[in-house]
Amino acid sequence: MKGWVGKILRVDLTKGETKIEDLDRNLAQKFLGGRGLGSKIFFDEVDPNIDPFSPGNKLIMATGPLTGTSASAAGRYMVITKSPLTGTIACSNSGGHFGAELKFAGFDLVILEGKAKEPVYLYIEDGKAELKDAKALWGKTTHEATDQILSETDRDARVSCIGPAGEKLVRFACIINDKHRAAGRSGVGAVMGSKNLKAVAVRGSGSITIADKEAFRKATLDGFQKVKANPVTSQGLPAYGTCVLVNIINASGIFPTRNFQEGVFEGAEKISGEVLAEDILVRNRACFSCPIACGRVVKVTNPKYEFFGEGPEYESDWSMGGCCGVDNLDAIAKGNYLCDTLGLDPISAGVTIACGMELFEKGIISAKEVGGPLNFGDADVMVEMVKAIGYREGFGNALAEGSYRLAERFGHPEYSMSVKKQEFPAYDGRGAQGMGLQYATSNRGACHVRGYLTSPEILGSPEKLDPFETKGKPGWVKLFQDLTAVIDSVGICLFTSFAFGGPEILSYFKAATGTEMNLDELMKAGERIWNLERIFNLKAGITGKDDRLPDRLVKEPMPLGPAEGKVVELDKMLPEYYQLRGWDKEGNPTREKVKELGLE
Amino acid sequence: MNKKISVYPEKCTACRLCELGCSFKKTGEFNPTASRVRVSIFGEEAFYTPIFCTQCDEAWCLKACPSGAISRDYGTRVVKVNPEVCVGCRMCTLACPFGTITYYGPEGKAIKCDECDGQPECVLFCPTGALTYEEESTPTRLKRFETAKKLQSSSKEVQP
Repeated sequence: MKGWVGKILRVDLTKGETKIEDLDRNLAQKFLGGRGLGSKIFFDEVDPNIDPFSPGNKLIMATGPLTGTSASAAGRYMVITKSPLTGTIACSNSGGHFGAELKFAGFDLVILEGKAKEPVYLYIEDGKAELKDAKALWGKTTHEATDQILSETDRDARVSCIGPAGEKLVRFACIINDKHRAAGRSGVGAVMGSKNLKAVAVRGSGSITIADKEAFRKATLDGFQKVKANPVTSQGLPAYGTCVLVNIINASGIFPTRNFQEGVFEGAEKISGEVLAEDILVRNRACFSCPIACGRVVKVTNPKYEFFGEGPEYESDWSMGGCCGVDNLDAIAKGNYLCDTLGLDPISAGVTIACGMELFEKGIISAKEVGGPLNFGDADVMVEMVKAIGYREGFGNALAEGSYRLAERFGHPEYSMSVKKQEFPAYDGRGAQGMGLQYATSNRGACHVRGYLTSPEILGSPEKLDPFETKGKPGWVKLFQDLTAVIDSVGICLFTSFAFGGPEILSYFKAATGTEMNLDELMKAGERIWNLERIFNLKAGITGKDDRLPDRLVKEPMPLGPAEGKVVELDKMLPEYYQLRGWDKEGNPTREKVKELGLE
Repeated sequence: MNKKISVYPEKCTACRLCELGCSFKKTGEFNPTASRVRVSIFGEEAFYTPIFCTQCDEAWCLKACPSGAISRDYGTRVVKVNPEVCVGCRMCTLACPFGTITYYGPEGKAIKCDECDGQPECVLFCPTGALTYEEESTPTRLKRFETAKKLQSSSKEVQP
């Protein structure tokens, strides 16, 4: 096969057996690869009502047909499973070098099923796979485990692994690959931990073949040109990383501050990408095949938070910064670094700590319950709590359940800033209506990378929309959600979408795979994937009733700043969104829509 | 004057697009193992750099080759492997002190950088300018200028 390498590795952890299967080309064309194809296989094989931590849940690692090629930022792989945080289908996406290496080793997907009796790791090398003893690795950080596995296998292998957080089933544990890249959200690392699987390591020396070489080379060079011509991908992200957004989003009044109580953070400048570049940046680091290089290698010399490694990106800079009221960049960087080594999603970690801070300041939880005060702005306690969550120690054990379960336990679920129990990322929907609708309807709970409406609403790409306007937003949300499903399925990074869109992705895809397809059909594939995820969630009991936002966003007007007085006008947008999606009033895909998409 | 592929390691981001460009041009497939340029990544030291054949004046590989497959183009001074003649004995890989001529299994031949006959694909694919194709002495001249600048500023500092 071209583009795809044509093989699936299936691993039965219960029996300790591995098996190689052929990829179904028709299915691959229909669902593209990565998120789409992985979700389709997951949908067909797993009961939507399964307990996420039971051996019957599966974990699928999936690359796309462009992963490992020279398409811009084509280093992505995705992890599909049922989330222990949200109960929805989860698809977490990561860069680095692991995904490309998996394809060079001869596999498009790895399906991990069952549960190992004792801790194991999977080692894949050029078409072969074996399970190895990981008892000595259990309890180790992601960095220790990675180094140990590389010394046992091959120094050029690539490792995806969990840290203590995944082992201890922290509901927002992530899977870390290449030490600093994360399949971050929805607790995919906890599912891996529940299977007693510490790591997947891979080494490959094979080839990815391409259907139309000339056309693919042309598409590659064209992609480079577009990345170079776009100011976000050629200047903003390389110079300041994603933290370039701190000042921009704060100036727009939607930088959620102190658990979304406000939208302007007085300490934003101190934690901005500009200050990061000035104070702690060592150099830029790219993922595989990426011309942008938004990764930041940093060195923090402040003895209290000292470390050398990768620095925070925008989301973690905010979640452990503004959301916790913390303006100490060294502490935020350290908190982020701990998330990498312990294997935690820094968004959910930061927002859950912020939720705890609000509960504490409102007198709902006491210092005795926390083990000390838990105030907004306390950098030290923020860092301590990250560690406590990773090891489920003390109050960290309560935080490890996520903000929704935490706030509910203390009788105030309204202080959980989440949708479908997953914490918000760093944009307050009150000042970006499309983003608000996107959060409410995202298939994996609150998320910025299911449809990045910030791009048109704030950054003005591909065109500037009025962020406070609701009119027209449902159409934009649908378009961005479907396009993002395509991007996540072919295996390139969402950041390329600042520079190019559907037509360019179609050129790559057709040239790589030799599939005849037009732009409508490509977007239809994105819509198909979106609806497939939706149907899984409906079967799992997560329905239109869950397409809601916390009261704070829909009832409490933003207190100050550019978005002052605004709430998310969800009810003005949601019915039109359902209608555009071809869903009924309750948010269920109609029979006609299901048939049109070939999802019967 | 002779042009040559040069490397500015401080600009490398470890994206490995050079490996992809090279392997695709040389084999029509994406495969870092088939690439004549390889990026070495030292994550813990934040140091990354592409490594490739620098076309030695007295080439160990050429001298070691028993089949006469390796020769020098005296116009460009590039050392090339003729795959028609290469017997896959791997002596060149043993002789080369840099590891920049390798044996590629699927073809059963030695492979090395030939600067793509003056249009190096790795340079075209490099997004940051870490790889350049320029007049041979440029990088060393730039380094001398930098040294001179330091001397200039230090002499300013000590002058009354």
